[in-house]
Order: sequence, then C-alpha cells, then structure tokens
Amino acid sequence: MTAGNDAILRLQGVHTDIGRYRILHGVDLAVRRGRVTMLLGRNGAGKTTTLRTIMGLWRARQGQIIFDGQSLTALETPHIARLGIAYVPENMGIFGKLTVRENMLLATAPRGFAQPYLDRVLDSFPMLKVKWDSAAGSLSGGQKQMLAIARAIIEQRRLLLIDEPTKGLSPAMVDQLVGALLRLKAEQTTILLVEQNFRVAEAVGDEVAVMDEGRVIHTGAMAALAGDDTLQHRLLGLSMAAAL
Amino acid sequence: MKEDWRNHMRRWAPYALTPLIILAALPAIGAGPWLTLTVAGLTMGIMLFLVASGLTLIFGLMDVLNFAHAAFVTVGAYVTVTVLRPLAGWTMQTSLTLNLIALLVALIAAAAASGALGFVFERVIIRQVYGAPLRQILITIGALTIIEQLVVVIWGPQALVLPKPASLRGSVFIGSSPIETYRLAALAVGLAVALAMHLFLRRTRLGLVVRAGVENREMVQALGYHIRRVFIGVFMAGTALAGMGGMMWGQYQETVNSQIGDSMTILVFIILIIGGLGSVGGCFIGAILVGLTTNYVGFLAPKMALGSNILLMAAILLWQPRGLFPMAEH
Repeated sequence: MTAGNDAILRLQGVHTDIGRYRILHGVDLAVRRGRVTMLLGRNGAGKTTTLRTIMGLWRARQGQIIFDGQSLTALETPHIARLGIAYVPENMGIFGKLTVRENMLLATAPRGFAQPYLDRVLDSFPMLKVKWDSAAGSLSGGQKQMLAIARAIIEQRRLLLIDEPTKGLSPAMVDQLVGALLRLKAEQTTILLVEQNFRVAEAVGDEVAVMDEGRVIHTGAMAALAGDDTLQHRLLGLSMAAAL
Repeated sequence: MKEDWRNHMRRWAPYALTPLIILAALPAIGAGPWLTLTVAGLTMGIMLFLVASGLTLIFGLMDVLNFAHAAFVTVGAYVTVTVLRPLAGWTMQTSLTLNLIALLVALIAAAAASGALGFVFERVIIRQVYGAPLRQILITIGALTIIEQLVVVIWGPQALVLPKPASLRGSVFIGSSPIETYRLAALAVGLAVALAMHLFLRRTRLGLVVRAGVENREMVQALGYHIRRVFIGVFMAGTALAGMGGMMWGQYQETVNSQIGDSMTILVFIILIIGGLGSVGGCFIGAILVGLTTNYVGFLAPKMALGSNILLMAAILLWQPRGLFPMAEH
C-alpha cells in the first residue's frame, strides 16, 4: 500500500502481548485519509488485537502508533477516543439497559446531540427513530450493529475502527449494513474495517491489509486482491470464485 | 403473543412483590399494628437503602466488594454525635425548625466526613487491589477492623448516647395506630435522598456514564470517559451515603458504638443479592422488602426475624438467580 503522507494512521513494528502470549509480532500498517482500509485474515491472525491496541485497550509492548502526527502509544483509551477515533468492537459494546437515545447520547460531546449529525444518522438508520426510547438490549443483533455504527458517527470522527460488523447477521441485514458503510465511504470517512465476509470487503474496501500470525503479510488495493483468485487463495485460503 | 406476555410478567413481577407483601401482611397482623409496622419497615428499609446503594454502585461500577463499607456507617454515626453535642441547645428545644437545622448540619457533616475518608480509602487502599478480588476481601476486612479501632481510640470504647431531637420524639396517631415521629422524618429524608439519587442517575450525563459503566466499563472508556475519575466520584458518593445511613441509624437507635456499621452488614449484603448486584433500583426494592419482612416477622414470630431475611433471599434467588434486577455482567 503506498500510503505516503496521505496516511492518517500508521503502525510501525507494533508488538502486543496478552498475558504471557505475544499476539502481534511487529505489525506495520498505514490507513489512508478518506479511504476504507480492510483488515483481513484468518481467525486468530491478530486483527481484533490490532484494533484494540490502536484504541489503547491493550498496550503495545514495542513499536509506534502514530495518528495524524501524534503518538498514541502511551495515551490512555479516553484520550485516544477524544482525538476523534471511534471504535465499534466485535461484540458491539451496546449498553443493553440504556435506551437507544442514551446509547447515542453517551457518544456525543457534552453539549449533547448536534442536529445535523443526528439527522444524518437517523436518515441512514431509520429503525433507530422507531426504537429511540426502547432498551437497547431489546434490539435484534442487526439492529444493535446499526446502533453501534450510528453511535460511532454521531459526532465528527477522524477515524472509525470497526470490528466484524456483519458477523452473525442475516443476509438482509448484511445488505443494509453494506449500504450504510457505502454511504460513509461516499462521505470520505476514514475507516479501518475488520471483516471476514470477503464479498463485503470487496464491496466496501479501497485498500486491503491481510494479516497472518500477528503480522501484516500483504497490502494493496482491494480491487486487485478481489480480482486475483490465486492471491486470495494464498493469503486467505479462499477465492471469490469458490465463495460465489 | 404468549412469549410477550411472559416477558411482560417477568419484567413487572419484581415491582409487584413489595405491594403484595404489604397486602398479605394485613390480614395476618391486623389493621392497627399493620400500619405501625409498615411505616417502621419502610423507614428501616430506606435507611438500609442509603447504606446499601453506595455499596451496590461501587460493586457494579468498580467490581470492588468493599467489606469496609460498614466502617463508613460507623464514622458517620460518630461524627453525628460530635456535631450534635455542641448543638444540644437546638436539639433539646421543641422548635421543629431548630431541630431540623441541627439534623441537617449533622447529616451534611456525616456525609462529608465519610465521603472524605472514602476518597483517601480509594486512593490508598482500593486503588492497589482493582481486579484482585481475593486481595480486596482481605484488605477491606483488615481496613474495617483498623477503622473501627481508630474510632475507639478517638471516641472511646463506651457506647455514646445520641438522643433524638425533642420535636421528633413520641408518636403521632393515624387512626388508632401510633407512628413514631422520627420514623416519619427519617422516611421523608431517606426518600428525598433516594429521589435525588434517582434523578442524578437518570437525568444527568454523569449519571448516564455511571449506569453505562456498570454494564461495560471498557466501552465507556472507548467513548472518551475517564472511568478512573468516575470510580473516585462513585466511591466517595457511596461512602458519603453510608455516612448518612450511619447518622440516621444512630439517631434512630439513640446510641452509637463502634459496631454500629457491622450490625447492618448482613442485612446490607442480603439487600445487594436480592436486588441484583449493581442495580440501584433493585437495591431500593430489596431494602424495602428486608425492612418490611424484618418488622412483620419480628411481630408475628420474633425469633424468626433475621432468619426470615435469609429465607426471603433464598426464595428470591430460586425465582431470579441473579437477583430482581441484575445489572453487572462482569
């Protein structure tokens, strides 16, 4: 990936340990401004750990994480979030006892909802308007995922980190979610997106980084990977032709 | 449809428990003593709630089971004695206004002293043992003993008298049922504090952060909130509430000793378990249930009074294994 000075986020030789185990073995990655970068790889490759390390939820033992010229390596998670990085974890991180409105409100600045952003989010996810005062725990899996993404974009963000948003969703829900991601892409939102569903990755991604055993083993254009069955098979153990 | 109805019942049944117990007690006790005992039970419940609510929030948000919580009750009670002694001129007069001002000063002092001690306690002791439950149990039990002994060193080993203010002694009659005036006042103060806490948790951004933190601390941090700062605030508020509970309990008993906090501990833990760890609403209902059960059973079968609460807890756990309103998932 030729990120150059265009990169808003850059990981250089990042190592992360969880307990006694080293999960990341020197991750090098660049995320370009205004682009959707897919982070692909088999289970256990280190994708989720990479996102959590960027957010400061797990600490990098070595290496550098630079966001728009500022090192994140020593910062605490709340500081990192306040730089404009929103994180949607694999489990969605929804507060089930709070209402949809309260879940959203938590992600806003102290002044509360900014009307243009709220309107944009409710236009993108009309279901939220219907469920506004319902407990978030009562939503379906797909609705929770919509809420998690809506919460991430309720304020102006500089980077979205999204971890496997389509996991466990019905095909109809996946389609809706892809639509929402494509709208974010059209608005030139910078996204680092972990995804197991290759068709989603192909539909949404501009760039791709493939991980294996805690390292990035391939970077390039998503379209190039999607068009090369041999490369897909070598990197991911699958090919689009087989998936279709 | 049937499933919807079942979910609806499951959701609302815990709320119906208190009125059901109150109504069920009426034919067994008789109308006269029933009203007296009901007010007594509600008052006891509300005082227990003040103590238990702080503990359940601390556990829910911070995963800390603070066995030293009783020490803050004790400190609150002793500070009340210290504050009310020089104000005896106000409390001995039959002026309700002067009596209430004296009590308000004592309440604020008890909450401030316990809250300040809570701040130091979190910084010096609790901070070292976050995420280490066994060490938490050991260190907080040790701290309880040390604080209680320090209380003995400062205030002496004898029990201290804490007479009720003149205008809050005696009873008022509702029909033929005597209701202690102090209980009514304590009930009003306790309800006001409970309402303030409810409004804080439901209507403020900080309250929202606390409720979210009880569910998922990590996500709260990922949304930009410094959960450690919230921890300190909640710990101080929790210990301040315990101090208020100590003030009201000591005043109710009219005597204070270094074990006053300990005497509430078993009931407080029963309330936490009944209500669901981490749930303030559950804690409120649990406290009222325990207060009512103690008074009703104490009247009908005095020897069963404490055992009745353990039976109540067992029955509720058989019905709802995680308590009436479980919150904390961690």
